[in-house]
Amino acid sequence: MTQALPQGRLYESQKLALWYFWVALALFGAQILFGLLAAWQYLDPNFLHGKLNFMTNRMLHINAMVVWLLLGFMGGVYWFLPLELGREVVGIRLARFAFFTLIAAVGIVVLVYLLVQYGPGNAFTLWFITEGREYIEAPRWADIGIVAVMAIFLYNVVATALKAQRITGVVAVLMFDLVALAGLYTAGMHYTPNISMDQYFWWWVVHLWVEATWEVLVGSIMAMALMHLLGTPRRIVETWLYLEVALVFGTGILGLGHHYFWIGTPEYWLGLGGFFSALEPIPLVAMVVHAVYDAGVHRMQTVNQPALFWAIAQAFGNFIGAGVWGFMQTLPQINLYSHGTQLAPAHGHLAFFGAYVTAILTVIYMALHQVRRPELPRFDSKLWKWAFLLMVVSIFGMSAAMTIAGFTQTMVERAIGGSTWQAYIDAQQHPWFQNGMVWRFVFGVFFLVSYLVLLWDVLTIGRGEARMAKEVGAHD
Amino acid sequence: MEIGWIETTIGALFATVILTLWLSRGSGWLEPRFWRNAAVVSSLIMTGILVYLTIDSLNQIREGSARVPAYTVINRTIGLKRDYEKRRDIPVVGEEVGFFGKVWSEAEAYALVNKGKMTLQSRNCMDCHTLLGNGAYFAPDLTRAWLDPKWETMVKGMTGKATKEEAMAEWLQHPDRYPTFVRRMPNLGLTDEEAMALVAFLKWMSAIDTNGFPDRFAGVQ
Repeated sequence: MTQALPQGRLYESQKLALWYFWVALALFGAQILFGLLAAWQYLDPNFLHGKLNFMTNRMLHINAMVVWLLLGFMGGVYWFLPLELGREVVGIRLARFAFFTLIAAVGIVVLVYLLVQYGPGNAFTLWFITEGREYIEAPRWADIGIVAVMAIFLYNVVATALKAQRITGVVAVLMFDLVALAGLYTAGMHYTPNISMDQYFWWWVVHLWVEATWEVLVGSIMAMALMHLLGTPRRIVETWLYLEVALVFGTGILGLGHHYFWIGTPEYWLGLGGFFSALEPIPLVAMVVHAVYDAGVHRMQTVNQPALFWAIAQAFGNFIGAGVWGFMQTLPQINLYSHGTQLAPAHGHLAFFGAYVTAILTVIYMALHQVRRPELPRFDSKLWKWAFLLMVVSIFGMSAAMTIAGFTQTMVERAIGGSTWQAYIDAQQHPWFQNGMVWRFVFGVFFLVSYLVLLWDVLTIGRGEARMAKEVGAHD
Repeated sequence: MEIGWIETTIGALFATVILTLWLSRGSGWLEPRFWRNAAVVSSLIMTGILVYLTIDSLNQIREGSARVPAYTVINRTIGLKRDYEKRRDIPVVGEEVGFFGKVWSEAEAYALVNKGKMTLQSRNCMDCHTLLGNGAYFAPDLTRAWLDPKWETMVKGMTGKATKEEAMAEWLQHPDRYPTFVRRMPNLGLTDEEAMALVAFLKWMSAIDTNGFPDRFAGVQ
């Protein structure tokens, strides 16, 4: 099994992981804030018009997400790796240096986004202001920095395994996945005037990160988490992880084809992309089966209640958000009309939350248990339940509102209107669309509230008086 | 080269299953070894197919190919027509009419479209608009923007320009002067050259064969 230090003591890399978690949570807040600004601009288009335009808010909204999820994943690995390999992570100074470099770089990029926003149409803008390509808008200098940080991260993992003279199935999968993760990012670092080629490789980053390498990365982190949380035997966890890798890469790599329907690429992608992406939910179903089984065996009780619930939410959220909402629009016959409508963000919100946010929150709660009250047999609070409930309800609310708006666009703008400028305007003015945007904002505000509750819980859980802690513990 | 997607799919799945079974002979399907082999085999086979198809796809979407036009297409008329055999709309490139009053050479057309693409990225168009359906949803899709009837029916009149390209360039430089919807495009300070280049890029993009997306644009017959 895995090896922890004596109660109450942390590895250096676990201390570093906490830094990753705190910054991740702060950026989560920034993501919500800029999302709300952008959502409000749908309702009042004059709000901050010309000062902080929709494009800038939206860029900050999605970039904050990419960065905070990555920070959360890295924190998760730094947290579990020493436990998994039974020794301190090698190159911890370098890891600290990478952390502070990354934070400084993110700070500079955000300031430039906010203060400069855009630049003249030349290479300078692409190198130093923004590359203007959704999700990977970061200027080129920052891209190079991100790859360098990923390289240091990979070095930490590989060097630790070598020094420990030990490799587990989980660590092997992790290494393999990190190589792919860092390598794929470089596919997004080329400029070409040919928009078809541009988007061809842009999807290598956007799809192959999110729908392949991130899924496997989260799979490895959750595998390590489940061994600690539920005491699931390594043999079972690793077999599931292999199964997941086989299915995720087996379907997700060619599932990439569902982004190649309409960008100028050949017709065979319609069939290949449709078929393989339709299979993409299979590994997610497998995880739900496993989560239900595990939760049942433990009768919904573990050493860490919030972590257990977020882990179950991860399995369901991944399946519903990524699987069901993705499948809804992945076949080319439907996608021809639904592509580029609000159905895409409906799927995006539910999938990113369900697959990734929940996983990171699971790990954060597990870490807090060890940091604050390792002696406690059951880590629990009242507040996290409210945060959990409200967050799940509000993300579903936002996605439902966008789904209705998206169906309206699909019908009014695409199927009937002929997809013109005027057809777009007609759909945007349709009451179903407009109601959708109102409810998306309302649930967005709920989401902000749930974030604040979550943050308060994360700051206070396990910090109460010892008496309280004992009481909670005594329930078992 | 014709690649049948059904053959590719069946072949990939078949090869993955057979190779996994062969490598795992001797161990049961519930053992870690079986699924480790499955993971390695499926990753390698699917990556191999992706690399092969990428080489083929890149050849087919090179500028000047049947699917993605040469940049000099900006000198010609562009339209859409229904291809009843393929059951989808395809772009039709017509006679040479020039662009902004002149015929652009290969090198000039490249430089112009290239400038347009840089302008598109530098102004972050994709975080409000969609291009080939990808981007944000705050503003209309630009895939067939050059072919949009509004330039002729509305913007030409608003801007008082004689040609569609001039009207588009004027509108792009001063979207604040010519509102078309409650959601107004901000003035992003495009120079004359940038506006002209952006129009060239949009015109070139409208001639890409997108497998029929968006369907029946502006009611194509």
